[in-house]
Amino acid sequence: MQVVPTTHPPLARLKESFVNKRSLVSTLRWSCAGAAVFLSGCNMEVLSPKGDVGMQEKSLILIALGLMLLVVIPVIAMTLIFAWRYRASNTKATYAPKWSHSTAIEAVVWTIPCIIIAILATITWRTSHTLDPYKPLDSKVKPITIQVVSLDWKWLFIYPDYGVASVNEIAFPTDVPVHFEITSDSVMNAFFIPQLGSQIYAMAGMETQVNLIANEPGNYAGLSTNYSGEGFSDMHFAAIATSQQGFKDWVNKAKASSTQLNVQAYHALAQPSEKQGVSYYAAVTPGLFNNVIQQYMSDMSMNRIGTPPPAQASAIPSPNDHAKASE
Amino acid sequence: MFGKLSLSAIPFHEPIIMGTLLMVSLAGAALLGWVTYQRKWGYLWSEWFTTVDHKRIGVMYIIMALLMLLRGFADAIMMRGQQAMASADAAGYLPPHHYDQIFTAHGDIMIFFMAMPFITGLMNLVVPLQIGARDVAYPFLNSLSYWLTASGVVLIMVSMFVGDFAATGWLAYPPLSELKFSPTVGVDYYIWSLQLSGLGTTLSGINFIVTILRMRTPGMTLMKMPVFTWTALVTNILIVAAFPVLTVTLALLAADRYLDMHFFTNELGGNAMMYVNLIWIWGHPEVYILVLPCFGAFSEIIATFSGKPLFGYKSMVYATAGIGILSFLVWLHHFFTMGSGADVNAFFGIMTMIISVPTGVKLFNWLFTMYRGRVRLTVPVLWTIGFMVTFTVGGMTGVLLAVPGADFVLHNSVFLIAHFHNVIIGGVVFGCLAAMNYWFPKAFGFKLEERFGKYSFWCWLVGFYVAFVPLYILGLKGMTRRMNHYVNPEWQPYLVVALIGAVIIMAGIGFTLLQIVVSVRNRAENRDLTGDPWGGRTLEWSTSSPPPFYNFAVLPHVEELDQFWADKEHKRAYKRQARYADIHMPRNTGVGVFMGAFGTAMGFALVWHIWWLAAAGLLGMVGSFIARAYDTDVDYYVSGAEVEKIERARLVPSQKLVDHVDPASAGQKVA
Repeated sequence: MQVVPTTHPPLARLKESFVNKRSLVSTLRWSCAGAAVFLSGCNMEVLSPKGDVGMQEKSLILIALGLMLLVVIPVIAMTLIFAWRYRASNTKATYAPKWSHSTAIEAVVWTIPCIIIAILATITWRTSHTLDPYKPLDSKVKPITIQVVSLDWKWLFIYPDYGVASVNEIAFPTDVPVHFEITSDSVMNAFFIPQLGSQIYAMAGMETQVNLIANEPGNYAGLSTNYSGEGFSDMHFAAIATSQQGFKDWVNKAKASSTQLNVQAYHALAQPSEKQGVSYYAAVTPGLFNNVIQQYMSDMSMNRIGTPPPAQASAIPSPNDHAKASE
Repeated sequence: MFGKLSLSAIPFHEPIIMGTLLMVSLAGAALLGWVTYQRKWGYLWSEWFTTVDHKRIGVMYIIMALLMLLRGFADAIMMRGQQAMASADAAGYLPPHHYDQIFTAHGDIMIFFMAMPFITGLMNLVVPLQIGARDVAYPFLNSLSYWLTASGVVLIMVSMFVGDFAATGWLAYPPLSELKFSPTVGVDYYIWSLQLSGLGTTLSGINFIVTILRMRTPGMTLMKMPVFTWTALVTNILIVAAFPVLTVTLALLAADRYLDMHFFTNELGGNAMMYVNLIWIWGHPEVYILVLPCFGAFSEIIATFSGKPLFGYKSMVYATAGIGILSFLVWLHHFFTMGSGADVNAFFGIMTMIISVPTGVKLFNWLFTMYRGRVRLTVPVLWTIGFMVTFTVGGMTGVLLAVPGADFVLHNSVFLIAHFHNVIIGGVVFGCLAAMNYWFPKAFGFKLEERFGKYSFWCWLVGFYVAFVPLYILGLKGMTRRMNHYVNPEWQPYLVVALIGAVIIMAGIGFTLLQIVVSVRNRAENRDLTGDPWGGRTLEWSTSSPPPFYNFAVLPHVEELDQFWADKEHKRAYKRQARYADIHMPRNTGVGVFMGAFGTAMGFALVWHIWWLAAAGLLGMVGSFIARAYDTDVDYYVSGAEVEKIERARLVPSQKLVDHVDPASAGQKVA
């Protein structure tokens, strides 16, 4: 169960890779510490991540904030000091009614933001790649794949390797990377577990991916972060990070369910509903996830070429038929 | 006959909406009754509704903006109330369908019908005066722009009482906004109100570009233009470049909804990502369209009240132009979470950060304008200082959101909501209110009184932080936007605090209104006879307050950046001319009003599929325009003798005052 990040504290690792100058690191450390103290007054899920992706993102947020505070604090302080010192009633202050240019000051005020932004841009370039949601996580353990379908207004999760499915609840072992494949069979949503890290959109006819990991067991709140209509506010799910045994038990609980996710069951589930509870499916029609995506693509090719849709898409009637049927 | 429209479109079962309808009707009836009782209809029609005078059109835009501020704020405080109540899965008092319309309308009204009219109004009022022009390039077009915007306002207001408004979020992302998922007329109201007002905005953008490029007074080269005019120029270039994108995007969405096309549907090759890209290609420049003129206003204010020229004028101009160009290269940062590759995300993230460089430079330039100045802490200056502090914080959180890795956990959270309110309230609202306090005496000839102005400022400033710091924290706690209710009871205390913040802001709005009412009542005490109440530096202060309808009897000649300041220093301001030439002026016209009215009818008819009325509305618009094109009686001359009479009346009192006041300290008593 060895995962690389646990050997290096992510914050330190990020810092090492970004900046070498000691003084800057020390300033940053103080800024970060200050921000951390300020923010630790309340329990903040995004800033108390339970997995490596979230940890890296937390460090990134604090480092970026620290860097910017280097400019922001002086600017705010100078605003207030200048306004007070040069207030009209303070006739002791110097008054230079013609003074409006200084090449030296201009050079400084262009250079300082440029330097900060150059550092931040470097950090951004690197972290955009290391934190790319599609990038498989660094781990010796084989990831678990979970396929996610956002429906009106609930989440369907399919475990292709285990042949089970669930609604509004997922479970996975700690310290095992989880590879999510995400689509929508309705409007756009976004899949997000704040304490584990990155979110990503769920869009019909398309597959997005995100790789996450939990390094601590727990029951984490998951939700949709892209407004999707009336039932949106109840589109939350539980993400249970547990031991290997706990995960096996969860899969067995799903397998013990009396229902199966076949095409009829899927269509019944896909009907709009709000405040849907948790449910499990003991078996899933193979290829269901791909068919959910392909139904939109096949429809286009059918209309364009005038030939029947490919066999693999036939598991699900086209959305047009579907819409007509529901009218 | 009436398309989809029937009596059932009026939501009689919604007590909140019906109550609002009752109040709006009563207030409207009272207002109409009062105007009738005062026999002011003729005056309103001939002096205001049909005016082509840029100053009056500007004032009408700002009145519209203030009214829409009230509507948009009513939506805001209802949302705050709902979220403060709907904890632990309690339902709150607003059902989702109503709540969803409210947050959509709040965003659309605040951006399209509050902020846009406010800045367009300010540009109307100020730009021609600053460049020494007698009107805009196309005065009739200006009136038309206003009435098209007004028709958008009418449609969006009617949507509340007849049918419904979009329940999609302010940008109406498909597929949710497609007919399949939003079958009611809400999205159609959205489309047509934005199309009508967007057309007005585009025309107004063209008008101002031509005005600024072609109508500057002799000697005013581009690099001698006041900074506000520079920001207005860049903003209008952005408008002309960006608004057609909005128009086309909404037209494609309309084609999906009306003609069964599939541009953005899930099926048949439609692609919602395309819409999201297009709408933000307009949407990101839009935020700079709003904030740049405010930067311009702050620049004028800080220079005037520091008694110094603006520090680093050239830097300011280049920074403004740079922001304008960069604003088209950052749109993707609104959807890093769509799954673009790391290279794409990183590119747009870095481009976004680069914008913070010229913005940061502007902040430093305002700082160094105060440095070694004599800063009079008047109401406009308070707004400016409040802006500098608040906007810096908002800029910081914005750059944070521009880091894709950080955005992955902050996107669409209420942290994002706090961020953009931080820059829009801190930048645009503070800017508009600062500018209103600053240029009010120019428009009306008397100053806004200080006390309620200061109360308003402090309420807005404190209220903003009380309302939005909790949202920053909640965003870090994982709360997402647009929630009607939520499970986690830990969120509630923060949302209650946010509601208190909104109430404090409400007091701020109340004080602004009170400030206007009291100032009008006590106008005799705050009368500005000099035309230059603050010791101004730019040309708008060289004419009287309010300026004569022709603005300048003799076009000023410009040799320096702060020409009016230099004229005062050399005692050559307020020169009386030996003789005045005739002045060529445009004639008032009601065609803009008619076209706006036909446009409203067309929009309403399109919403409800009343095809004959839509055709009639379109014909009416085109017909009015053609009739106008054949009208040859569109201008007249004011005789030199008439001008001399007006000028003599204006110069006599101001001359007296100027003799006694050192130009550098004029207006100092205000502090």
